[in-house]
Amino acid sequence: MISVGIDVGAKNINILLLKDGEIIAKNSTNSGFEAKENASNLLNKMLDECNIDRSDIGFITATGSGRKDIDFANKNVTDVTAVSKGVKFLYPEVRTIIDVGAEEGRGIRLDEQGKIVDFAVNEKCAAGSGAFVESMSRALEIPITEFGPISLESTAKIPMNAQCAVFAESEVVSLVHSSTEKKDIAKAITDAIASRISSMVRKVGFESQIIIAGGVAYNVGFIRSIQDYLEQDVVVPEMPEYLSAYGAALYSEN
Amino acid sequence: MSIPKYKTAPLKTWGKAKELREKYYRNYLSAHDNGGLRWAGGAWSFGAIPAGLGRDVFPLTGEPYGASIAFKKDFSLRCLEAVEKKGYARDLCSYMRNYWGSIILDEFAFGGKFPKPDFHFQDHICCSHSKWYQVASELEGGVPSHSIDVSVGPYKDVSKEKIDYIVAQMHDSIDWLEKITGREYNDDLLIEAVKNEFRSTAKWAEICTMNKARPAPLDEKTMYSLYVLGTLAKHDGEFADFYDELADEVQWRIDNGIAAIEHEVVRLMSDTQPPWGFLKIFRYLEKFGAVSIGSLYTFGLIGIFEDKPDGSWGPRETPMQKGEKIETRDQALRAMADWNLSKPEWQHFYSPHLKSEMMLKIAKEWHVDGVMLHYNRGCEGLTLGIAENRLALIEAGYPVMTYEGNMGDEREFDESQTMSRMESFMETLGLKELAV
Repeated sequence: MISVGIDVGAKNINILLLKDGEIIAKNSTNSGFEAKENASNLLNKMLDECNIDRSDIGFITATGSGRKDIDFANKNVTDVTAVSKGVKFLYPEVRTIIDVGAEEGRGIRLDEQGKIVDFAVNEKCAAGSGAFVESMSRALEIPITEFGPISLESTAKIPMNAQCAVFAESEVVSLVHSSTEKKDIAKAITDAIASRISSMVRKVGFESQIIIAGGVAYNVGFIRSIQDYLEQDVVVPEMPEYLSAYGAALYSEN
Repeated sequence: MSIPKYKTAPLKTWGKAKELREKYYRNYLSAHDNGGLRWAGGAWSFGAIPAGLGRDVFPLTGEPYGASIAFKKDFSLRCLEAVEKKGYARDLCSYMRNYWGSIILDEFAFGGKFPKPDFHFQDHICCSHSKWYQVASELEGGVPSHSIDVSVGPYKDVSKEKIDYIVAQMHDSIDWLEKITGREYNDDLLIEAVKNEFRSTAKWAEICTMNKARPAPLDEKTMYSLYVLGTLAKHDGEFADFYDELADEVQWRIDNGIAAIEHEVVRLMSDTQPPWGFLKIFRYLEKFGAVSIGSLYTFGLIGIFEDKPDGSWGPRETPMQKGEKIETRDQALRAMADWNLSKPEWQHFYSPHLKSEMMLKIAKEWHVDGVMLHYNRGCEGLTLGIAENRLALIEAGYPVMTYEGNMGDEREFDESQTMSRMESFMETLGLKELAV
């Protein structure tokens, strides 16, 4: 039987199909305004591509902020639980998860058995989220894929208000007008996000190893910044944006 | 995980609690019709002192009134915006801002114009207390105000000199009351009111102590509607009698296995005032089989506790139970000062560690499985140090969840995010919504 995990985030829907613990397909699409319809369409497309009949699906588990919209799922679990399950299975040595999605950032501490000991979520603030990086890349007119590599070219330390995305954006505009180089502004932004996230992670207390989940893990500039702030190396997984969907699919398998 | 199923039943005394609350506000509103007096002050003020002016003197306490406004979201928003238009900062006490807004708009939350008091009678331990009524007086056109400073340190360090300092102010306050009202003070009424306060606040502590029982006979959402009487007029004889009646009923519920919720799987405790416009978060917990058994706030805002010889925490023995004489004005004031200084919620104004100690006692003795802390932006007094409390609870092995919000300003509470966080917390405790 096929087990399905659907992660409905604020920006993207990630779906992963498992069979006997093996990933047989994964794909993503924009969440849009019709998340349920978009998730259903993506799932059907994936099933078609894999020549799998809908009746072969044993169980569907939804997670993410839009999980409750997925009424064709058999159950739903929160993001905290899903990503922890996925990480525990794939990276059993990990004790701390930093999960940065489009909408919010989360810090999760696990014990040796993979049980959640504590977690924190950023409060009413976009400055610790993936949407902030996207917004800043638009402000700097840098493609999101180049944002991290450009920031790596800088060693400058420019303090930035990391508590509020609105204030941070106005600071970026000021830096642009003062002819600060893009690479330095990009680094200031990744430092600001890392500062916000590391503060949240310190709240739950972190232990090695630390893993970065969510799409922000692809931002090499953020990875450098967070390692600097935590003074530790972090694990960058192969498919950071699918860890929650993977955890949800594992729930389906069980 | 097995899901227990308990008998539940509505509280028989519920209707009476509601009736007493309505009567309280009615009495205040109609006081002038019968030649009586109205006064306003904090829920912690020494209300027994104005009681010595006569049986026709009725209070309006600010915090419960601010919470009542918060419950009426549309009115609250208008109050808050009216205060902001006057130039007051948005990060001040939200009860206070709701209260000031009600004066500025000249609207009473329960209908009609804002009923101006004849005088203010306040005490000062929280940073907002005296300022609250200083500004209220200005907005009301100069209502006379009096405040008693009670910030003499935690009860563990109490001394005769500290009691003397407060009692001297209390004596002065009686002179002030006589002067501004033109009434002759009646010590017998004072003594009666002081004894009523001892009865009601010790009895509420006893009721809270009964919630150590499993299943819990009361849930915190219900307790909010019951403890409030003590914040309205803890010195009122009818309220003290009500708590006697309530204690009998709660004991009956324990004896007959009547639970607050049908499926008590885990027991939680909270802290500080809840976001009053969103009490449904407590009903949401019930879907998972979680009951909030109370908090230091619900227990110790009016309940007076003490360490018992066996090391447990329970209701403080009243001076009457100890056979102490209260026959003169000075004896009554002295006993009242000592009694109030031991109030649990007055202790942590001096150190968060004192609060952590009390919270840990509750967590242990009330068999708590997890803690839900409200980082309440609306109340600096009770929220200050809460992050320290969180660390102490975690160190003691209790799972802790935090959420940000505001007891009286709904603009600072994110309902969906809080619900989502609560669901995550329930999952970490091994709970899912019960399929029953």
